[in-house]
Amino acid sequence: MNDTSIKISIRKLYKVFGDDPQPALQLVMDGMGKAELLEKHNHVLGLNDINVDIPAGKTTVIMGLSGSGKSTLIRHLNRLIEPTAGEVWVDDDNILEYTDTQLRQMRQHRMSMVFQKFALLPHRTVLQNAGLAPSIAGQNERKYADEARRWLDRVGLAGQGEQYPHQLSGGMQQRVGIARALTSNSDIMLMDEAFSALDPLIRTDMQDLLNELQAELQKTVVFITHDLDEALKLADHLVILKDGSVIQQGEPQHILLNPAAPYIEDFVADINRARVLRVRSVMGTFREAGTYAGDIDHHDTLESVIAKSEGDTNLSYRVMQDGKPVGLLDMRKLVRALVPSERSVERETPDLSDLQSKSAETDAALSQ
Amino acid sequence: MATYDFIFDGLGLRNWCGASGDDSGGMTSMAQLLAQTSGSDVVVSPWETPFPSMDAMHEACTSFPQSRALTSGLEEGFLSIKNGLKVVVDPLTQPLSWALNEALWVMQVVPWFIMIPLLMLISYVVSREWKLVGLVAICFGFLGFVDYYSYTMQTLAIIFVCALTCVALGVPIGIAMARSDRVQRIMIPILDMLQTLPPFVYLIPLIFLFSVTEPKLYGIAIILYAIVPVVRLTDLGIRLVDPDVIEAADAFGMTKRQKLLNVQIPLALPNIMAGVNQTIMMSLAMVVIASLVSAPGLGVLVLRGIRSLELGVGLLSGLGIVLLAIILDRVTKAALARINVSQSR
Repeated sequence: MNDTSIKISIRKLYKVFGDDPQPALQLVMDGMGKAELLEKHNHVLGLNDINVDIPAGKTTVIMGLSGSGKSTLIRHLNRLIEPTAGEVWVDDDNILEYTDTQLRQMRQHRMSMVFQKFALLPHRTVLQNAGLAPSIAGQNERKYADEARRWLDRVGLAGQGEQYPHQLSGGMQQRVGIARALTSNSDIMLMDEAFSALDPLIRTDMQDLLNELQAELQKTVVFITHDLDEALKLADHLVILKDGSVIQQGEPQHILLNPAAPYIEDFVADINRARVLRVRSVMGTFREAGTYAGDIDHHDTLESVIAKSEGDTNLSYRVMQDGKPVGLLDMRKLVRALVPSERSVERETPDLSDLQSKSAETDAALSQ
Repeated sequence: MATYDFIFDGLGLRNWCGASGDDSGGMTSMAQLLAQTSGSDVVVSPWETPFPSMDAMHEACTSFPQSRALTSGLEEGFLSIKNGLKVVVDPLTQPLSWALNEALWVMQVVPWFIMIPLLMLISYVVSREWKLVGLVAICFGFLGFVDYYSYTMQTLAIIFVCALTCVALGVPIGIAMARSDRVQRIMIPILDMLQTLPPFVYLIPLIFLFSVTEPKLYGIAIILYAIVPVVRLTDLGIRLVDPDVIEAADAFGMTKRQKLLNVQIPLALPNIMAGVNQTIMMSLAMVVIASLVSAPGLGVLVLRGIRSLELGVGLLSGLGIVLLAIILDRVTKAALARINVSQSR
């Protein structure tokens, strides 16, 4: 992860909601908690000392329950909300120093946003909605139509350009929302609970679509969600928020195997680990000797390995990456990794540290 | 002895009051006259204690002003600023006179066989409904048939000018109210006052200000009365625009101006049109009252019906106003419905 460049960097960001935030901010910096601040001073602590680096060309998922400040945080990235204190660096510029004009330029050309409730313009056609960014920059419809139509085709809305948003279903409206963000040709896409308002099957479709687009376009995506399954499916980098503070951030597999706080353990407990965990996160170091039941890819999910082994825990597999062996996966180890309980993690501590360093190594290898 | 002597005695103001209340040199009140005719001081039982009004105070103390002094003071005050006010307001409102005169002239010069088809065409363009065009033809045909054509056209001319002025002034005011809470706080009491003040009341100072022969006199009265709904509904409509859509407009870098023209006004249009509809209806109601101050049109006939008890004239011209109201209402509502269909979510 260290090799990828950082696109957005958030430094010491605080947000206090209320009539007179500055004195309240001082109290927060001196260590006052969210509940106390609300009770004694009637100010709401939105964000508390956020430091996050968002890598370029990757999907960063910010996850938290409602009230954790995730929507507030994403709105700081394009300054829809002004922070009380802190810095937001985008491409080596502190955007908090931007003038209104610079800020508008950035929003038009460098950052686009997809909204939970779609937020399409109801009086404009789908094509005009998709071409919102170029039309704001002053292009007429004839000029941006090709570009807008190309992206509408890409998100699966070919031939729907003349419809009005209210004639489309929710999932299709959100596709327009994504096409609108893509037509702006910005490097950064902010997605605020973009799929939360959709029903589960359509949500899965949209997640697949986003992963496909991401593989193709490598935008810097910042995705907000309250759904851990969704977060794990999309994330290259996962940030977990609670009560306006970052509790843990890092590679999702790593967080899953090493939850830093009881809060995250609770979260992680309900997850189908076999589907989420990858071979590379649980494999052991590669030893030349021994027999293996077969070769598996480092990026396979544990679920697919279980299917392959037909549930036989006596097997072990050789793990391959780009045609080279990188590790060894013992089925017993795999089964242990499926159990999230604390005790099993504790017992495995020496083994786990090995695991951790291993996963860090593979991460580095992966990102090259 | 007057009831409230004790106040002035108690406060030691008797000297300021001058001589005791009885032989006052000022204006005589009704009670005093009654007392004189009955020849004796009226004995007031506690049950009949008068409210401590200005007149009652005056009885106790002559230097205390009577309520009559208040109203005459108001009148003198208005008359003394009248000339100054006129210098400012007269040229400002002069275009309204011109517009009304021109509109009246145009509506009467164009012959009926051009005007009625033209009105039918307008109603078709606005509503795209043939039924409505038929209604327009029948109503104007009937009014023409009973020889009320020119009165109807005069009323229509006044309404066109006044409603257009209301929209031209009211929509920007409404936008300003929607954008700033302070403007809204200032405007809402003014709008409340305009809406509740009986129209006759603001006719009175207008009569003092302008000559009764000027069309702007009734123009201003109609506009003041009818502008309220379009202002209120523009404000409401813009404030009701989905905040998510506004946020999206911000997130894609729209300027304030782009946001207003491309998002807020189009999305508020159904509400604004509802306001325009109400404004037209209210100016139609006011046209009758405005005929008291020389507004031409069907109102004159209604007034004639009242003044000289010509029942038939009054009823028929009343029916004419109702027909006009129906046409204007249906046409603007049809336009509103068309906007709603293209925007429904």
